[in-house]
Amino acid sequence: MVKTKQLFAGLALMTFGLGTAQADYTLNLMEGVTSISRDVYGLHMLVFWVCVVIGIAVFGTMFYSIYFHRKSRGHKASLFHESTKIEIIWTIIPTVILILLAIPATKVMLEMDDTKDSDMSIKVTGWQWKWEYEYLDSGVRFFSSLDEASNKARQLNSGIDPRTVPNYLLEVDKPLVVPINTKIRFLFTAADVIHSWWVPDLGWKKDTIPGYINEAWTSVDKPGTYRGQCTELCGRDHGFMPIVVIAMEKPDYEAWVVEQKQQAVANASAADKEWSAEDLIAKGESVYTNNCASCHMADGAGLAGTFPAITGSALVTGDMDAQVDLMLNGKGMMPAFGQMLDPVDFAAVSTFIRNGLGNSVGDSIQPATIKALQGAIPATEYDDDDD
Amino acid sequence: MSAVVAEHEHDDHHDHGPEKGFLRWIITTNHKDIGTLYLVFALAMFFVGGSMALIIRAELFEPGMQFVSPQFFNSMTTMHALVMVFGAVMPAFVGFANWQIPLMIGAPDMALPRMNNMSFWLLVAGILMLASTLFMEGGAPASGWTLYPPLVLQTGAALPFAIFSVHLLGISSIMGAINIIATIFNMRAPKMTLMKMPLFVWTWLITAFLLIAIMPVFAGAVTMLLTDRFFDTSFFDAAGGGDPVLYQHIFWFFGHPEVYVMILPTFGIASTIIPVFARKPLFGYSSMVYATAAIAFLSFIVWAHHMFTVGMPMAGELYFMYATMLIAIPTGVKIFNWTATMWEGSMTFETPMLFSIAFVVLFTLGGFTGLMMALAPVDFQYHDTYFIVAHFHYTLVPASVFIIMAGAYFWVPKWTGHMYDERLARFHFWLSAISVNILFFPQHFLGLAGMPRRIPDYAVQFADWNMVSSIGAFIFGFSQLLFVYIMYKTVKGGTGEKVSDEVWEDAHKHSLEWSLPSPVPYHTFDTPPEKIPTEHF
Ligand code: HEM
Ligand SMILES: [Cu+2]
Ligand SMILES: [Cu+2]
Repeated sequence: MVKTKQLFAGLALMTFGLGTAQADYTLNLMEGVTSISRDVYGLHMLVFWVCVVIGIAVFGTMFYSIYFHRKSRGHKASLFHESTKIEIIWTIIPTVILILLAIPATKVMLEMDDTKDSDMSIKVTGWQWKWEYEYLDSGVRFFSSLDEASNKARQLNSGIDPRTVPNYLLEVDKPLVVPINTKIRFLFTAADVIHSWWVPDLGWKKDTIPGYINEAWTSVDKPGTYRGQCTELCGRDHGFMPIVVIAMEKPDYEAWVVEQKQQAVANASAADKEWSAEDLIAKGESVYTNNCASCHMADGAGLAGTFPAITGSALVTGDMDAQVDLMLNGKGMMPAFGQMLDPVDFAAVSTFIRNGLGNSVGDSIQPATIKALQGAIPATEYDDDDD
Repeated sequence: MSAVVAEHEHDDHHDHGPEKGFLRWIITTNHKDIGTLYLVFALAMFFVGGSMALIIRAELFEPGMQFVSPQFFNSMTTMHALVMVFGAVMPAFVGFANWQIPLMIGAPDMALPRMNNMSFWLLVAGILMLASTLFMEGGAPASGWTLYPPLVLQTGAALPFAIFSVHLLGISSIMGAINIIATIFNMRAPKMTLMKMPLFVWTWLITAFLLIAIMPVFAGAVTMLLTDRFFDTSFFDAAGGGDPVLYQHIFWFFGHPEVYVMILPTFGIASTIIPVFARKPLFGYSSMVYATAAIAFLSFIVWAHHMFTVGMPMAGELYFMYATMLIAIPTGVKIFNWTATMWEGSMTFETPMLFSIAFVVLFTLGGFTGLMMALAPVDFQYHDTYFIVAHFHYTLVPASVFIIMAGAYFWVPKWTGHMYDERLARFHFWLSAISVNILFFPQHFLGLAGMPRRIPDYAVQFADWNMVSSIGAFIFGFSQLLFVYIMYKTVKGGTGEKVSDEVWEDAHKHSLEWSLPSPVPYHTFDTPPEKIPTEHF
């Protein structure tokens, strides 16, 4: 059947003359790289073949009848219209098949649920429209969002051919890194609306829901890069919040963690130093592009009726405190950036929008000030009884 | 319709015929007129919803964003589903119910004719209000037809209007359902016992109970959204002590039976058409009735199979998995019964039969994917991908929609007294049957390969099958213009040959309407029929 499907696919593609453009499409579920994902794949194939066999029996009978029992062949209708025996048989056979399917399905289900004895935990938070990863054991924490190249190409009529962008829409600026052969427990939650975290090679997806902590686990057994996407409609850019997981040998992973920690220290000291307005504005521009432009537009013009313009905005050209307050805490569709941006990026973009995009207020704000303000807002931390 | 009017003028009955002119269609309380209104409205909405689908498929034709913004794309998926479900498929079946139930049970009209008129016009009002949201600040709802919070609460000015339109549609459906139940229980011809009713009547009776049970639940859920947004309640807001998943439970308690509202009458029409063209009684009439009732019952206790990934407790996951698998049993019984009805028949393949056979085959494919998704651990992979988009479109388009067209071809000669153009109709069938598979079959591959649903743009490895699917969509969509042309021509006189009273060979053995004159007079069964077709039962 897989063969015939491929044949069918090949034929269809040849007819449409598409065969050459992209050869790497697939027709079936991936087996994945964990024991769970292989179990799931096995179940999928099992139920698929059950359906194929039932299909052949039912459609075979039907087409036999359509061919032989037609009036044009002079077939006379017989008038039978019930048979308790046969009806009992075709109720019992499916029941037995279902029971036989339910048994392995239950086993896999229970196995998936067993998050006990994990070696490490990662908390995943869904945001409109990026992922936040927090390694609960090492304290490493960062956001992961669509990479620049994809983001440029996916704009309406960007003129960039997606085929020229490597891993179009499946690439992020900062991937999740995990060690192989390690039982990793994931904790899922969301900051704004519901999202769903799916990497097909791991064999499952899990919804991330505000106010909830969902759990799942994985243990990857092959180093590699595995890609997935958000699968719960979460608003405008739902299609543009991919997931990339890089699985490494343990020593490589350890080295990566050390590097992340050093980076964090460097960032913290950057926040304490005095920044010039020029440096802030220069840095702020790219922060704006990555975080703000999708709503307020690249030129700051906003979107009439939905997203206010930055250019000429009374708030932005007015009191700095009010602007920073709105950015820290959010309002309606405007996310709370207080937890999303580090002090340097936050100060940079705050300064940039007052002195760029057609505005020229002339003032600036220091990362240290932001750091103090961020310390004051209650973070939405959830208790987790890890270890 | 003009033929119906002319016919009536000859008879010297003293009660009045249809109102003259346009007003007839506004104030009518005649079940046939109201049936026509529903069917014409459904057809119009089929094209409105279909145009939205073509916008979606045009954007998905190639990777990259070419035509619409992501927000508008989301509005399109949302509105497409709402219009198709509430504006096209459900009203089409209510239209058939209006025309056929009185004719099939030997009643002069529906039990509550004025309410009948009102439920139609409320439907129009509801759909117009829904459509008006497209022009509002912030755009139409873009959170999917499931309207999940918190996302749906980010809708702009459209939110209250969308919610009120759900209320109107709900009231309309409930009134229609009450009318159908009252008619079936009170107005059957004396000999028409419940177990002698045609299966179409049975399936609608059960559907009507489903509707009465679920529409208030949906109305309640959206009202809670309304108060969350405007009156500071926090039913679904975790920050205020509420629970976003509660909404999903309520929604799917409505939503799963709702999909059966769209399929049970489908079963009924298929069970009516297949025996006529197999020239055999329906196989297993009583098991068909019981299977329908069983499916309806089960539909209330499987809702969370739409929510396997929300993180339910293990016991919940397992229970909903087992319960969902059970649905396959009565569904299987139905498919086996239709096959057994064809077996040893003397079949001919006029267009209604062609559509019905395609329904049995393609609906079965949808049932297979349903069974696959019932297995919770595997659904963790399938959920919210194109695989499920393929699943429910197989159960809705080549099933419900095909059977709506089968029903139209089947009964329109009776209603108008004119025969449709069989050659063109078969051409319409083959175009539809082939293109619907080009449209939806590749979506199985896309889902399995990892393409999520409800995305306006995709990674390049999904490009090929999306293009195939879009090509199928355009062929399918434009083929339906042929249906409009065929129906229009039929109403206007058809092939010119006068159809006999029974239209289809020996149809009078199957159901009452075929012993009435063709076209059916404006008023029928002023006195209940003495005899009813008993051959099968
Ligand atoms: C054998 C019978 C069936 C079974 C076992 C079944 C099972 C399922 C399951 C498990 C899902 C959820 C998949 C997911 O979200 O991951 C689903 C979705 C759906 N099914 Fe079925 N199904 C069956 C028949 C039908 C029928 C007869 C219809 C409609 C006429 C239908 C319409 C739908 C729709 C509309 C959805 C998707 C709703 C949404 O998420 O927007 N199904 N089905
Ligand atoms: Cu999303
Ligand atoms: Cu369901």
